Amino acid sequence: MLGEGILKGLAETAKNFAGSFFSAERLTTVEYPEDRIAPIEAARVFPILIYDGLDWEAGLRCVACQICEKECPPKCIFIEKSKDKKPDALGKPQFYPAEFDIDISVCMSCQICVEVCPFEAIKMDTVYELSTEDRFQGLLLDRRQLARPNRYFQQIHPTEAGVVDARLAADKVKSDAKAKAAADATAAKAAAGGATQAAPKPGEPKSGEGN
Amino acid sequence: MFELLDQIFVLLKHSLVGLFPLWMQPVVSVLISVVVIICLFPALFALTTVLERKGLARIQNRIGPNRTGPFGILQPIADGIKSLTKEDIVPSSADGAVHFLAPIVLVVAVFMGFAVLPMGRNMTLVQMDAGLLFFFAIGASTELSVFMAGWSSRNKYSLLGAMRAVAQMISYEVPLLMSSVAVVMITGSLSLGKIVEAQNHYSWGLPHWYIFTPWGLAGFVMYAIAATAETNRSPFDLPEGESELVAGYHTEYSGFKFALFFLGEYLAMFSISGLGTTLFLGGWSAPLEILNWVPSWIWFFSKLMLSICVFIWLRGTLPRLRQDQLMNFAWKFVLPYTLLILMVTALWRFLGPGWQQWVYCSAILIFAYIAMARLGMRREHFGPRKYGYAE
Repeated sequence: MLGEGILKGLAETAKNFAGSFFSAERLTTVEYPEDRIAPIEAARVFPILIYDGLDWEAGLRCVACQICEKECPPKCIFIEKSKDKKPDALGKPQFYPAEFDIDISVCMSCQICVEVCPFEAIKMDTVYELSTEDRFQGLLLDRRQLARPNRYFQQIHPTEAGVVDARLAADKVKSDAKAKAAADATAAKAAAGGATQAAPKPGEPKSGEGN
Repeated sequence: MFELLDQIFVLLKHSLVGLFPLWMQPVVSVLISVVVIICLFPALFALTTVLERKGLARIQNRIGPNRTGPFGILQPIADGIKSLTKEDIVPSSADGAVHFLAPIVLVVAVFMGFAVLPMGRNMTLVQMDAGLLFFFAIGASTELSVFMAGWSSRNKYSLLGAMRAVAQMISYEVPLLMSSVAVVMITGSLSLGKIVEAQNHYSWGLPHWYIFTPWGLAGFVMYAIAATAETNRSPFDLPEGESELVAGYHTEYSGFKFALFFLGEYLAMFSISGLGTTLFLGGWSAPLEILNWVPSWIWFFSKLMLSICVFIWLRGTLPRLRQDQLMNFAWKFVLPYTLLILMVTALWRFLGPGWQQWVYCSAILIFAYIAMARLGMRREHFGPRKYGYAE
């Protein structure tokens, strides 16, 4: 009969109306600034740079290979390669970013930079309250502002950090063994030939592939 | 004591008017009533906006506004300040004078409707013998202002919205009038005061409101449908269908003029609810004889707010109609049915009191409802379209 559906609909909305006062399941609103939902591990907002150790400048994993800069779809990353080299975590001399800027007003949080990074240097942060009064300089982050210690990464993405740390540790063991072998060889050669100096040839240390 | 409470506003007005010299008294008396109406209904409008937002929120399992003041009750003040301080933009190609006049004409016309509504015992601004006629004549001029707004904006969405609004309001004006005429046929008077008096008597403690008769119930339902369409409320809110027409006829309005349109819309809702209350729900009379001691104006305004709540409930429930559905519904179902109600009302009147009038009238109305719904509202299946020349 005409109007039957309307009555059913009215009953349904009345049920919702009354129910929202009594049942917490219906009223799912989280009143944001006061209440927050628990952080989600897989959440991603904007990229950060990871460093090992305590000194952010010395420990940055980034070697300024510029892959992320080239892959970034909205081109929000700017990297300037250093002129000199300094040893990375494996002891191999590498370039480092003399400048590393990310414009988070341009970044679209796609995580492609993280996917392509072979050095596990760039990861996604979970901080989302980034409003600032200066929409130009305030949203252009330099490498100091982007640098985060590895333990922060372990904190926000424990699962991913566990995998990454295991791989880096394996690489470290491998490169140590290689270095030791090379050093042994050199020592043996030195003992045999009496050569005064020879740089250890570390070959090609296999770094962790970016996933 | 209860007499005093019932007449408190009337007595207050009388004592106030008494302070003035005799020759000024008629003007002052009218002025006081007008000022009260102009303050009271916008206040009610402010209350209703919060009520609506909270109610709709609860229907959708949300909380609704709760930041401004306790439970968000200061929200309308914040909204008002926002509207007042906003820039008033008029499109450069708009017809300035008409564009400026449209919201004013709307609000003035809607306010005039309140002049004849009896809001309590002896609480009518103008005791008019043809109050109902006056109400509808004034009510019809809201169409004019809507079209003024749409036309003067020189914007295709505004114009489309205005065209829809006019088409819809004129289509539903007819059943609205027809269902009111049924009441006039029984009462024999166009005076709203007399219509209330006719319903204000009781048997076995129950009132003789017209909604408690078969023709009155049917008439009330039709009146409610037509009133919803007349005030452009959901599900008949096509003229401002925001998903299709930006905002319909008030697309080009901002700031205080937009607020006036908003106010006018809600005031129209109040006045049409007030008229519906007067015609079918016994106006200011109490729902039970033993509750007669409660002041009459309390009854009028609680009935008014109750119908506003029903409007909100409907808005939270129903999706918007399509234009052809709207027109089909008006001309194929609502109008024929209201015409039938007129016939049935005549039958009711001439059968006279007794069980026959109840049985016959109810039977006719129920049968006609089912039959007309089947015939008028059946879905037409056209089958797959054939393109004769394309193949």
